[in-house]
Amino acid sequence: MSRSVEGKARRFGHRVSTDTIISSSRKRESIDPHLLKAFIFESVDPRFAASVTRGDILVAGRAFGCGSAMEVAVTVLQAAGFSAVVAEDFSRSYLRNAVNNGLLPVECDTSSIEEGDQLRVDVGRESVRVVNVTQKRVLEARAWPPFLLDILEAGGLVNYLRDGDGFANTRS
Amino acid sequence: MVVGRTLSEAILSSKSGGPARAGDIVVCEPDLILGTDGSTPMAIDYFEAMGGQAVADATRILLACDHYAPPTSTTTSGFHRRMEDFARTHGIEILPVGGGISFQVALDTDRVAPGDLVVGADSHTVTCGAVGAFATGVGSSDLAGAFLTGRVWLRVPHTIRVVLEGEIPTGVGAKDVALELVRVLGTGTADYAALEFHGPAAAAMPVAERMVLSNMSVDMGAMAGLFDTAVVSDLHRAQRPAVREHTLDVATMEPQVALPHDPGNSVPVGEAVGRPVDWVLLGTCTGGRVHDFREALRVLRAAGGLAPGVTLVVTPPSQAVRAALEADGTLEAFETLGAVVTETGCGPCCATSGPLPPPNAKVLSTGSRNYRGRMGDPSVDIMLASPATCAAAAASGRVVDPRSIS
Repeated sequence: MSRSVEGKARRFGHRVSTDTIISSSRKRESIDPHLLKAFIFESVDPRFAASVTRGDILVAGRAFGCGSAMEVAVTVLQAAGFSAVVAEDFSRSYLRNAVNNGLLPVECDTSSIEEGDQLRVDVGRESVRVVNVTQKRVLEARAWPPFLLDILEAGGLVNYLRDGDGFANTRS
Repeated sequence: MVVGRTLSEAILSSKSGGPARAGDIVVCEPDLILGTDGSTPMAIDYFEAMGGQAVADATRILLACDHYAPPTSTTTSGFHRRMEDFARTHGIEILPVGGGISFQVALDTDRVAPGDLVVGADSHTVTCGAVGAFATGVGSSDLAGAFLTGRVWLRVPHTIRVVLEGEIPTGVGAKDVALELVRVLGTGTADYAALEFHGPAAAAMPVAERMVLSNMSVDMGAMAGLFDTAVVSDLHRAQRPAVREHTLDVATMEPQVALPHDPGNSVPVGEAVGRPVDWVLLGTCTGGRVHDFREALRVLRAAGGLAPGVTLVVTPPSQAVRAALEADGTLEAFETLGAVVTETGCGPCCATSGPLPPPNAKVLSTGSRNYRGRMGDPSVDIMLASPATCAAAAASGRVVDPRSIS
């Protein structure tokens, strides 16, 4: 298994934009995710940020992370304690940013997952799955291309490129 | 001759040095790498964490101080200082505050050619698809990787052909077509596809209007939005059937208004008429062409000028656009009518600089996004429309059909 995390589901709907995750106006004061984490989802619920516990798993519908490609929308969720986002699909810039920073983006049918469900996310080379421990249900997720697993296993893009020879050839 | 490739496959094959088919992951060398003050400060952090000593090719990088223009905090003026230091150290060109939005300047100054690959740490980099380039947005870490290696990995997208049939009627603009396509394509997500715009209405569009459709292709959920050009066509000749095709008859289209709080919430203007508007933004990377401002001024004058109680903010997106609007008196005319003309750049659209609408404001904007909180305060209702519809609302304090103003 490349990576496995477990935590409590925090439920959102479709088309959660990066501006909804963290308002870009907040970036005028800081881009330090440890300062910005107090303001996540403030336009949805100002009390949400304080309710996150380390290891929580964000669950959403379609097009998670649409809108601006701002990368703090990934790092601020990590700073808040989230280890993974499970959604029906992601905007591609959010997916890239998540992989590059080691926040697990997992794509599966999330319609059965409820707020507070205990989830385990297993990302491996053979399969990616979400185990809903509360509902005793296994959700098969979209497999990751090997190239992305290489970046994930390196610990993100910084480690992948640090002191290395750049990007590996993707054509075998 | 290689046959049977989409525009995207042809360009990404060329830039990755081998065959690139939809679904493949390829490592490409972009012709142009764009960074903004919204993304570059973080990218410099990543670059340093990667152990970066030198950039791969400074001549292919352009940086822009466009979001925090002007900077309204010591943090953001500090971002600019940090970018300037980085640019000087590595010999990279940087646009100062007032220089303009990165991709608008790239297009204004002919840095983008048909068939090019443009990667920018700004989601609206896709605008460069208007001239037949493959242009897409990335985040700060990918920008840092591109600084370091001169390369970026991309998943080759499948293609959705968007066929625009008919002729766009008077009073309807490219923005209206874009909002309709966001409504149809965006809410389901175009799932990492590239959009290729075809058909007679696409062929008839000048580049300035093509830029609006390419710009909002990201808000349609797409990776890129390309227009065909003769040069690009030579690259691929015969096209493989696209995965999907979507046809829109623009001849029957009406002006559109995207209601709060999603750009996909667009309705024909008739369904929005009468909604109160007290704050109007003209400009941004979506509605910032020279003809957009001229059209808005024409409508504003024809409708009798700015309505009492309405704030009108005018933000040119680049020096070239600003110079054209100064030369013909457009900006001065807006100011005479009571508008606030701001510094060149992204302006209030993403709340990175001011002026910003007050709590509970009812905004109509030529911008591309109206997510709750986008302009700073979550109590603000943002609607999106064409420059003509925005100007008509500025003159009446409510949404009106711009076609009713002669």
